[in-house]
Amino acid sequence: MDFSFDLFGNAILSGLLLGGFYAAVTIGVAISFGMLDIVNIAHPAFIILGSYIAYTANSLLGMDPILASLIALPAFYLLGMGIYQIYHVSFERRGDEALRGLAFFFGLLFITEVALVLTFGVDYRLVEARYIGPSIHIGPIDLPLRLLVPFIVSLGLIGLLQVFLSRTFLGRAILAVAQDQEALRLMGADPIRIKRIAFGISIATASVAGAILIVIQPVEPSIARDYIGRIFAICVMGGLGSFPGMVVAALALGIVESLTSTFYGPSWTPAVGFGFLLLTLAVRPAGIFGR
Amino acid sequence: MRALPFLLVSILVAAATFGAATLVGNSYVFFAGYVVLQYIVLATAWNILGGYTGYVNFGTAAFLALGAYSSVVIHKTMPMPIPVLIVIGGLVSGIVGLGMGYLTLRLRGSFFSIATLALSVVVQTLIINWDFVGGSRGAYIVRPRTTEYFAMNYIEYLFLVMLVLSVIAVFTARCIERSRLGYGFAAIRDDEAAAEASGVPTLKLKLLATTLSGAFMGMAGAPLPYYVTYLDPASGFSLAYAVNAIAMPLIGGTASWLGPVIGAVLLGTLQQVATVTISSALNLLIVGVILVAFVIIAPNGLIGLVRGKGRGMKR
Amino acid sequence: MTAPLLSVENLGKRFGGFVALEAIHLDIAKGERVGLIGPNGSGKSTLVNCMSGTLRNETGIVRFDGRPMNGLPAHQRTRLGFARSFQLPRPFNSLSVAENLRIPIEYTVNARPAAHVPAGDIVGRCNDLLAMVGLAEKSEKMPRDLTQIEMRKLELARAMASEPKLLIADEAMAGLSHAEVDDILALLIRLNEQGVTIVMIEHIMRAVMQFSQRLVVLVAGRKIADGLPADVVRNPEVERAYLGE
Repeated sequence: MDFSFDLFGNAILSGLLLGGFYAAVTIGVAISFGMLDIVNIAHPAFIILGSYIAYTANSLLGMDPILASLIALPAFYLLGMGIYQIYHVSFERRGDEALRGLAFFFGLLFITEVALVLTFGVDYRLVEARYIGPSIHIGPIDLPLRLLVPFIVSLGLIGLLQVFLSRTFLGRAILAVAQDQEALRLMGADPIRIKRIAFGISIATASVAGAILIVIQPVEPSIARDYIGRIFAICVMGGLGSFPGMVVAALALGIVESLTSTFYGPSWTPAVGFGFLLLTLAVRPAGIFGR
Repeated sequence: MRALPFLLVSILVAAATFGAATLVGNSYVFFAGYVVLQYIVLATAWNILGGYTGYVNFGTAAFLALGAYSSVVIHKTMPMPIPVLIVIGGLVSGIVGLGMGYLTLRLRGSFFSIATLALSVVVQTLIINWDFVGGSRGAYIVRPRTTEYFAMNYIEYLFLVMLVLSVIAVFTARCIERSRLGYGFAAIRDDEAAAEASGVPTLKLKLLATTLSGAFMGMAGAPLPYYVTYLDPASGFSLAYAVNAIAMPLIGGTASWLGPVIGAVLLGTLQQVATVTISSALNLLIVGVILVAFVIIAPNGLIGLVRGKGRGMKR
Repeated sequence: MTAPLLSVENLGKRFGGFVALEAIHLDIAKGERVGLIGPNGSGKSTLVNCMSGTLRNETGIVRFDGRPMNGLPAHQRTRLGFARSFQLPRPFNSLSVAENLRIPIEYTVNARPAAHVPAGDIVGRCNDLLAMVGLAEKSEKMPRDLTQIEMRKLELARAMASEPKLLIADEAMAGLSHAEVDDILALLIRLNEQGVTIVMIEHIMRAVMQFSQRLVVLVAGRKIADGLPADVVRNPEVERAYLGE
């Protein structure tokens, strides 16, 4: 393919916008895996679930997909708390997170995906909203609103969570549970309750992430798997549990994927996230921005 | 039972299986039986790493597909007999298993699992972009009606090959279990730092397990193109392989060689029967639900249930 | 004077900005009984982890039996004769009590060029070790069926099964009753009489004073005292560290 600066500039820009969205997709895992040490590989499936809820509300009621995801948020939060409760009782308490705990989440991933296939089929689904379609043009640069709106929503979500974690008592307790459960217990907080809330929040983010996913691209159930490599690559690369690291890593991955797609073809992009992941694990397992 | 008598009994069971299948005389029995046998190999291979050392491999489909696509490449360049293909498929997947292990096993345990999940995606991406093996359109393999040597019906021949392979896989797993290596694996599964402190070279043993496990998965995949005669990435990398390879040992019981065999026979047969009656998606939903139910309610699998509540780990 | 069995030279370890150990020097002679004490967080466990190979030290050298051990993985140090027990017992939970001891026999003793326990003798060897720590009756039990003190004894027996030259007993007595402490103490002294050099890390001062021929004190990652137990406890710096300002 011919190299041109317009093409290159547009690829970088859409990569940045895509990266912002990737950060929103990853934030739930940054909480569950990065802070709580729970390897929730089913997270992408919950994101796709969020996409389909937004799709249903949009196609049946004509509701804005992002608004729909905010309405569904409490349900996702409760779902997350419920899942953590089962996980804690069945695996964490028995010290069986490694084998059966992982298999449990894999089972959830699988059940969610197949249930979506049975309900909606394997066709791609998409949503309608005013910001899907038009672009802002600045010179040779195209700014599609379809990417810009999700980008802004993502950064808003991350900013809100960052403030919540650093400014509120509950948020600080969540950060503390990642460091030292005993200290938390001495402070009079129940670490299990804190973790349940944190996991609930982690799953709640999937609702919003799912809605902006279906704004960006059409969705079918199995694309959840494409996101696993991506999400964990960003999470590890950003240094587990660090939001600023995560955002930078997500932007970097978005740009590299966008360039790959522009210059080598979109069929290669799924491999980029995995390449990033392996490279990080091999070279700097603490993450590029980790200690 | 010592190793040799065990091998003899396994061979007898295998011979009886083949005899019974021949007596029925319906080629569907061989078609369905092949799949169940393939799952015995896959589940046993998964369990060598997952059950014995405690490291979860989500990439069964990738290892299987590597074996299958190695055969496609060889079929297109210089066709060779299936036993040779099995050896090559085993080598390819074994080396990939070693590489994956080397990159990720020095880190936290979960990184290995995450990397195997991503491995499926990347290998699939490579295959989709590789036109020589058919890319996303897939590859056709023309299978002879009969074999050259014994003038055997080809599907019966494939069944027999998979039968032998499953005997080898199960025998290997059982030998490991009763050996110094098996104790080393168990120590790693229970507590890696304590294993190191007791002199167990944990990294070396883990690499051995990933290599062996990957190799058996590749071997199981090598004859696949000849079985399906049309192989495309969607079927070669089907998530069904990954979920079954995990569900079968966990449902049967991960502590011994028997668990994966029981799980594969039960779940494999169930799915073969159910695919005829209900849709394959619903079929897989059932497997997923059974998996989740078992890890929560019966952590030691069916073997654990039979041996008394929750005490199934004891040898 | 003969060369020390274990010699730590200028060992340093940091976690991020936090200095966990700074310029530690420590020599331990063959056959010695050394007590290592210090307040919580003073770096005792970090020192053990650096010596045993669980953690990498940034500076300094650990020599064992005349051999530098830097860069050696933990299992190779165990094979050289450097054994440690864990502060919280970490048994292999899916193996029986006797099988727990089989691991170090198969992977340490039988990995050494000289001594070799034939396959048929391993079970007997496990039972001998269990008898030594008073767990003979429990050999077929699973670790989860053991009491707290039995678990500690299993932990020590497993360390002993590797036939070490040096044993580091990391808080082997925490949480035990008076009589149980005496029980473990007698066991360690018996081992020492059989020629095993022992470093005891302990908070129970009665046990440390009774056991140690020499006492080493760590405070905030630095060694502040090293000498005869009676002298060390009178050292004003040690008193200050323990009693506060």
